[in-house]
Amino acid sequence: MTSNPEIKSVDLLIDSCFSELKQAVDQGKLSNPLMVGIHSGGVWVAEALHQRMKLAEPLGKLNITFYRDDFDTLGLHPQVSPSYLPADIDGRDIILVDDVLYTGRTIRAAMNELFDYGRPARIWLVVLFERDGRELPIAADTVGQRVHLAADRQIHVDGPDPLSARIVTREENA
Amino acid sequence: MAVNFVRPSIPKLATDPWAIQFDAQGHLKHLLTIEGLGPTWITRILDTAENFMSVTDREIKKVPLLRGRTVVNLFFESSTRTRTTFELAAKRLSADVLNINLSTSATTKGESLLDTLRNIEAMQADMFVVRHDQSGAAHFIARHVAPHVSVLNAGDGWHAHPTQALLDAFTIRRIKGDFAPLRIAIVGDVKHSRVARSQIHAFNSLNVGELRVIGPRTLIPNDIEPMGVRVFHDMRQGLKDVDVIIMLRLQRERMEGGLLPTEQEFYRLYGLTEEKLRWAKPDAIVMHPGPANRGVEIESRVADGPQSVILEQVSNGIGVRMAVMALCMSAES
Repeated sequence: MTSNPEIKSVDLLIDSCFSELKQAVDQGKLSNPLMVGIHSGGVWVAEALHQRMKLAEPLGKLNITFYRDDFDTLGLHPQVSPSYLPADIDGRDIILVDDVLYTGRTIRAAMNELFDYGRPARIWLVVLFERDGRELPIAADTVGQRVHLAADRQIHVDGPDPLSARIVTREENA
Repeated sequence: MAVNFVRPSIPKLATDPWAIQFDAQGHLKHLLTIEGLGPTWITRILDTAENFMSVTDREIKKVPLLRGRTVVNLFFESSTRTRTTFELAAKRLSADVLNINLSTSATTKGESLLDTLRNIEAMQADMFVVRHDQSGAAHFIARHVAPHVSVLNAGDGWHAHPTQALLDAFTIRRIKGDFAPLRIAIVGDVKHSRVARSQIHAFNSLNVGELRVIGPRTLIPNDIEPMGVRVFHDMRQGLKDVDVIIMLRLQRERMEGGLLPTEQEFYRLYGLTEEKLRWAKPDAIVMHPGPANRGVEIESRVADGPQSVILEQVSNGIGVRMAVMALCMSAES
């Protein structure tokens, strides 16, 4: 068994993402951004960031189940919360937040869904963790921590309160 | 009758005729009747529908879930509302939709139904939405389709119309919340109504407080009480303290052999007028599966009045049909 890399505290990572985002806004790279979290881990991270950024508009939430490309194998699971966007996203700068960037398929699905609501000016991707294993040409703009993990390991984010992260061994049937 | 592609027989089928609705993993594969679904699946369908309703508020009213799949609306009996809402539901899930209307007279025999089926299967369909005037037609088709094909019953004879019952349950849940404290009355031509039969199964599965049927003796089946309903022949008694009134369409084409003296008399006794509506609870809602015979089972002022949710039923039908399609198509083939 290989040893797992160390994971920083989620609070620290959110602080560091927040400073980067604030800098991006200050430098004019992002103007009047609308923040959107991806259900469910991404929403928890986004809630923490949204609070720190003191954004006037409520947080948007995406539930990308209807956009997944693995619908055939995973099936449709009962849901509790549909997607919600608090404002028209046409021409807006969107801060898209997820907990872990892995294959990139979730982000692709999220972008597909966003474009069914409108045409944003730009999408800025924030993830708490970025790990190896990308299957699509997708990269994050702001990353809390980059982690190298064996293929049988996963980063599991627990939340919403308190928000914490741990590395788990992927279940055989996952 | 040579049938080469019969589904592998499900062992449970002998004891439970509804088992065919589920795949080997217990996942919903066909929706033929409410029976056998139980509260868990019914609730799961309603919850999923709730999520699909939000798709309607978007700029692009579509999700890519069933992209590349083909849904065939196979209608052996005419229908506007049901067929169009199934069509819209499939399109909102990004499926390709084919509408086939077949005259009933040419296909009443099993063989020709199978022939029709084989021809359409050859078009690589993934789902059949079937309406037929013979009870059991959708069930028959489900038993004979290729293993990857799902079958949805959009109304078969006097037997069942499960998606209508689900959308009615969905509409009631959205407005009234929990079923346990509710009194629901189904009024009119229960005898000929597949909608009523499916509703009775659905509402009882969802544990509704009290379920009533109201109508003349000739239009209420004798053996209906064991299904879990209270029978009333008097409208005033039947509507007392009721939260939900579901008017059924009087199936005028089936009124042979003196089942009904005259439509005028039916309207006088059972037609839902503003006056009779006052016998129910003040916040009672009025539903109708459509198409309504105004002046026969319902007064126009009631159908269009503030307590009517008839148009909401139609909108909700799209979300519920999206949910059923998506759930059935995510089953293992």
